[in-house]
Amino acid sequence: MIRDFLAKLASVAIMMFARALTAARALWHETGLPPRQSVYFANHSSHGDFILIWAVLPPWLRQRARPVAGAEYWLKSKLTSFIGRDVFNAVLIERDPAARTSDPVEQMATALDEGASLIVFPEGTRNQTDAKLLPFKSGLYHLARKRPDVALVPVWINNLNRVMPKGEFVPIPLICTINFGEPLKVEADESKEDFIARAQGALLSLAPTQTDNEA
Amino acid sequence: MSTTTSDMVTLLLGVGGILLFASSVGYVLQRKLSPDGSNGAIENLNARIKAWWAMVFLIAIAFIAGRVGVLLLFAFCSFAALREFITLINTRRADHWAIAAAFFLALPINYYLLWAEEYGIYAIFIPVYAFLLMPIIAVLRGDTQNFLLRISEVQWALMICVFCASHVPALLTLQIPGYEGRNVLLIAFLVIVVQSSDVLQYVWGKLFGRTKIAPKLSPSKTVEGFVGGVASATLLGASLWWITPFTPLQAGVMSLIITLMGFFGGLVMSAIKRDRGVKDWGHLIEGHGGLIDRLDSVVFSAPIFFHLTRYWWSLT
Repeated sequence: MIRDFLAKLASVAIMMFARALTAARALWHETGLPPRQSVYFANHSSHGDFILIWAVLPPWLRQRARPVAGAEYWLKSKLTSFIGRDVFNAVLIERDPAARTSDPVEQMATALDEGASLIVFPEGTRNQTDAKLLPFKSGLYHLARKRPDVALVPVWINNLNRVMPKGEFVPIPLICTINFGEPLKVEADESKEDFIARAQGALLSLAPTQTDNEA
Repeated sequence: MSTTTSDMVTLLLGVGGILLFASSVGYVLQRKLSPDGSNGAIENLNARIKAWWAMVFLIAIAFIAGRVGVLLLFAFCSFAALREFITLINTRRADHWAIAAAFFLALPINYYLLWAEEYGIYAIFIPVYAFLLMPIIAVLRGDTQNFLLRISEVQWALMICVFCASHVPALLTLQIPGYEGRNVLLIAFLVIVVQSSDVLQYVWGKLFGRTKIAPKLSPSKTVEGFVGGVASATLLGASLWWITPFTPLQAGVMSLIITLMGFFGGLVMSAIKRDRGVKDWGHLIEGHGGLIDRLDSVVFSAPIFFHLTRYWWSLT
C-alpha cells in the first residue's frame, strides 16, 4: 500500500521534474497517435530516455507503457530497483547472454501478452559515439517475429544527450523534442537483415537534419 | 483604496476590455471565414488572443503578489528564455559546467541582488563577474574547438535572457520623488507600450502593409505596419502619462524610444533565428511561438527605459 503510494508519488515527481527541465514536447506522426498497444523503439543516449518518452505519452498510453531495461543496472541498489520495478514497472532483462537464466525476447512477448506496451532501445546500450545511431541488436526482429501483430513505433529523442552528457551529474535545462514516426511491422518474408535495416532507417529519418548544434 | 491600486484596477479593466473586444472580433471572424478551423491565419489569431488572456492573468497575479511576485515571474521568464536560447546555440560537452553555472548560479544571484536592492552589484554582476568567470570555467576542460564562439554565445544568452530581461523588475528599485510606492505602474507602462506596439504593428501591417521593411530578416514586417504601429503605440503611451512620473510629452518621447528599441530588438532576434535555421524560439506560448518570440522587444527596450528613467528621475 505505502509502497504503491510512494511509487505513484515518485512517478509524478519524476515526470514533473523531467518536464520542467526539458519542456518535453511530442511531435506525433501525421497518421495520429500511436496504437494503444505498441513497441516504441528509440535512440538511446541517456538514462533519462525512457522517462521522456513515458512523460510525453497521453495518460491512457502511458499507463500501459513499460520500459525494457538492463537488470544488472536497475537491481544494483534499493533505490534504483524501487524506481525500476515499482515506479516504472520495467521489464528487467539480463543483457549478458552467457550469464542469463531467462530469454529477454520471451520476457518481452509475455509482457505484450499481458497487454503492456514496451519502450525498447535496440542499440542495446547508450550511444556515446559521434554516430547518430549504433547498429541495432537483433532482439527487436525476434520480438517482431514472435508477435507480428504489434505495431513497432520508431521514436527519435532529440537533445537529451546534451542535457546530461556522460559523466556529468548536474543536468542543464534544454528543450527536448520527441519525434514519433509511422508504425511499422515485420513483413512475412522479410529477412532479419532487411528488417533491421528498415527499422534503423525509419528511426534515423526522424532525426533532425541540422547537425550544427553539435559543431 | 490607494491611488496606485485604483490606477491598477483602471488599467486592468482597460486591458480586459480590449481583450474582450479582440476575442469577439476573433469569434466573429472564425464564424464567418473559418467555421471548420481551416483558415490558419484566423486560428493563429485566436490562439494568440487566448494566450494574451493567460499572460495578462499571470502578470496581474504577480502584481497583486507584490515585489516578490514580480521578481519570481521574471525569474521564471529568464529561465524559460535562457533554456530556449541555449537549446539553439553551439555547445560542447566542455561547456556543461559553464552552462549549469549560468542557470543555477548567475540567474538566481542576479534576481537575488534585485530582491536585496543591491543595485551596485546587480548592475555589474553579469557584465563583469559572469563575463569573466564563465570562460574560466569552460577553459578548464581544455577543449579549444570553437572556443571563442562558444563562450560568446553563452555570454550573449545570459545578457539577453537574464540581465536585460531583469531590467523590467529592476524598475521597482528606483526611487522617484513624489512617485513612492507606485513603481509597479512603471512596469505596467513599459509592458503595455512595448506589447501594444507589437500588436499594433501586426494589425497595421495586416490592414495596410504593402512595402516590406526587412525582407531578409522578417518577411512579415512592413513599412506601413512599422510607422502605424510605432505612431499609435507612442500616442497610447503618451495618453498613459497619468500612471508615470512623466508629463504627457515626456511619456510620449519615452514611448517612442521604447517602441523603436522594441522594433529593432525584434529584428536582431529574428536575425539570430534565421542564422540558426528556426522559425520560432520554442513552443511555450500557443500561437506566439517561444517565450523569446514574445519577449524580444521587451528585452531590448527595458534596460534603456530603466536607465533613462534612472538618470533623469531617480535619486538612486
